[in-house]
Amino acid sequence: MADIALAPETPALPPTQKGRSRGGTTLWRYVLVRFLLIFPTIFILVTTVFLMMRVTGDPITAALGGQLTPAQLAERISAAGYDRPLFVQYVEYLGSVLRGDFGTTIDGQPVTGVLLRYGGATLELAFYALIVAFVVGIPLGMLAAALRDRWGDAVLRIFAILCYATPVFFAGLLLKLVFSSWLGILPSSGRASPRVELALNRIDGATGIYTIDAIRTGNPFIIGDVLQHALLPGLALGLLTAGVFLRLVRTNVIGTLQMPYIDAARSRGVSEFRLVRTHAYRPALIPIITVIGLQIAMLLGGAVLTETTFEWMGLGFQLSEFLKARDFVAVQGIVALLAVIVALTNFVVDIIAAFIDPRVRY
Amino acid sequence: MADKPFLDRLPIVAQYRQSVGLQRGMLTAGLVICGVFLLVALFAPLIAPYGFSQLSDDDGSFGPRQAPSGAHPWGTTIAGYDVLSRVVWGAQTALVVIVVSVVMSLFIGVLLGLVSGYVKGWLDRILVVVCDAIYAFPSLLLAIVAAIVISGGQSSLFGGIMATALSITVVFIPQYFRVVRAETVRITSEAYVESARVVGASTWRIMIRHVLRNATRSLPLIFTLNASEAILTIAGLGFLGFGIEPSAAAEWGYDLNRAVEDVTAGRWWTAVFPGLAIVLVVLGITLVGESLNDLADPRLRTRRRAGSRKKKEVVS
Repeated sequence: MADIALAPETPALPPTQKGRSRGGTTLWRYVLVRFLLIFPTIFILVTTVFLMMRVTGDPITAALGGQLTPAQLAERISAAGYDRPLFVQYVEYLGSVLRGDFGTTIDGQPVTGVLLRYGGATLELAFYALIVAFVVGIPLGMLAAALRDRWGDAVLRIFAILCYATPVFFAGLLLKLVFSSWLGILPSSGRASPRVELALNRIDGATGIYTIDAIRTGNPFIIGDVLQHALLPGLALGLLTAGVFLRLVRTNVIGTLQMPYIDAARSRGVSEFRLVRTHAYRPALIPIITVIGLQIAMLLGGAVLTETTFEWMGLGFQLSEFLKARDFVAVQGIVALLAVIVALTNFVVDIIAAFIDPRVRY
Repeated sequence: MADKPFLDRLPIVAQYRQSVGLQRGMLTAGLVICGVFLLVALFAPLIAPYGFSQLSDDDGSFGPRQAPSGAHPWGTTIAGYDVLSRVVWGAQTALVVIVVSVVMSLFIGVLLGLVSGYVKGWLDRILVVVCDAIYAFPSLLLAIVAAIVISGGQSSLFGGIMATALSITVVFIPQYFRVVRAETVRITSEAYVESARVVGASTWRIMIRHVLRNATRSLPLIFTLNASEAILTIAGLGFLGFGIEPSAAAEWGYDLNRAVEDVTAGRWWTAVFPGLAIVLVVLGITLVGESLNDLADPRLRTRRRAGSRKKKEVVS
């Protein structure tokens, strides 16, 4: 750690890196180190999941035990290779993961295929949730900081805590109860009406992300239908993260408001709201960028619950279906795959944070 | 610090005295909610009108999906349980999970973080990588995997509650570790630690007296975040059908899972009450945590006593 921090700041960077050349070598070294760290991260997660799942026994007994005779069971187990030593299985598993093979579900689909088919839906849900989180969380957080210790602040903070305190599935159920069961103005589940879904699946080169597909059809009815279906799930999942953002922005803006440069600005007669909006706001966003990485993980966990609540046919919904079907190979595959995704997103987020805030590079 | 009366040095009492205005209001509200939760959890057998798995009484079967009435103030569930009783008993389940998971992870996480941040070297690097890997992982997914393992895929009282508590422990350790380690690294480079070293204080004394004391500032917040996350995680597991059988214990998440159908049909009472119970408990715990965190951080503490800032509206 020390040797990196003390590395001399040589101007070795090409001049194309405008304005970023200060401490450039440290930055690139940080990117490299951070990139190399992805591999142990994935390795640790995949290993943890593998070991945890295999301690239970083998997936075939877990799924079919009781339905088959012991002889049939043993035959299936040895056919799948689950009777070999754990270490051999582990090495083989690592090898297949390296080749991008995360196993197959009980009905013979490769897990990566499940990801390709349903990943788009989860991505779409997470995207809507992040929009809700940004639009609601950041402005309200700034407002709370500006109104610090007044009633408005208290109301906003309690709102933030409520956002966090409400489990996504309960928020989802409440939204469903009010907007679809009682008022009947929004659909209660699914990603689109059956007819729209058929139309969307028939498009050439469908991405599986309905919003994009719908926009490509250019049909306002289809776009409206897709957006209507996305509204409640996006809101349920987004409010969870919005609460986190609100708290974070509030705390950080309050922190920066006590910096000397803010005092300097205040003494020049800058108004309190302007102080928050232009002076304290930007530095307070840096921690948000760092936290988004963690929020991605939270969103994925929340997506499992949101998708189950709204029967949103994404990766999370599939995961809970596999859980119900006791298909633990598929569960393990999806969880390991999500681990890889989380590790990669965190890498990207960390790099962005390092570019913005020099203090991050160690 | 040492000559203060003993009462003032108790964690919550001291901070309560320190608080003013809105901060005191939020802290009080949180403490009241937590107190009610504790009482309900401890005295569930006395408060609940029926048992959590009771389907009938002397007057016969409760009947499924009964709207709220005199005999069942909050109605009955799709399976014919009394909603009020299950919500009350659910508090007990929640309390056990919180206590087991938070206490275990707090001890392990703080110790690891302190040692790792102070000693540095290869141990630190390995721990950071491992903890980061686990920390970055969606905790619910890890909890699912752990629940499968610990309960062997079977749902039971012990399996359900302990699986959740243990899996949450695994998820939480890295959180304590990260925070305490980061603070430790920062504090170790402060001048007063160096002076302590120069004066000849032992490693343990520096670690406990100088570093730990200052590194625990953000722990109340994580502690409460974790207590509430524990509730949310067990509810999430229950909602996915991975919780506890209704005959073994009452669990709010499981009840919400059963309520999905009711919601679609417009029956509100089976979903609203267990859900509100979760929200209230998490709200209460978080209110306490946020207030403690603000009070511990001089930058966030309300500076009303000094009376130097602007005019203030009188709140309390």
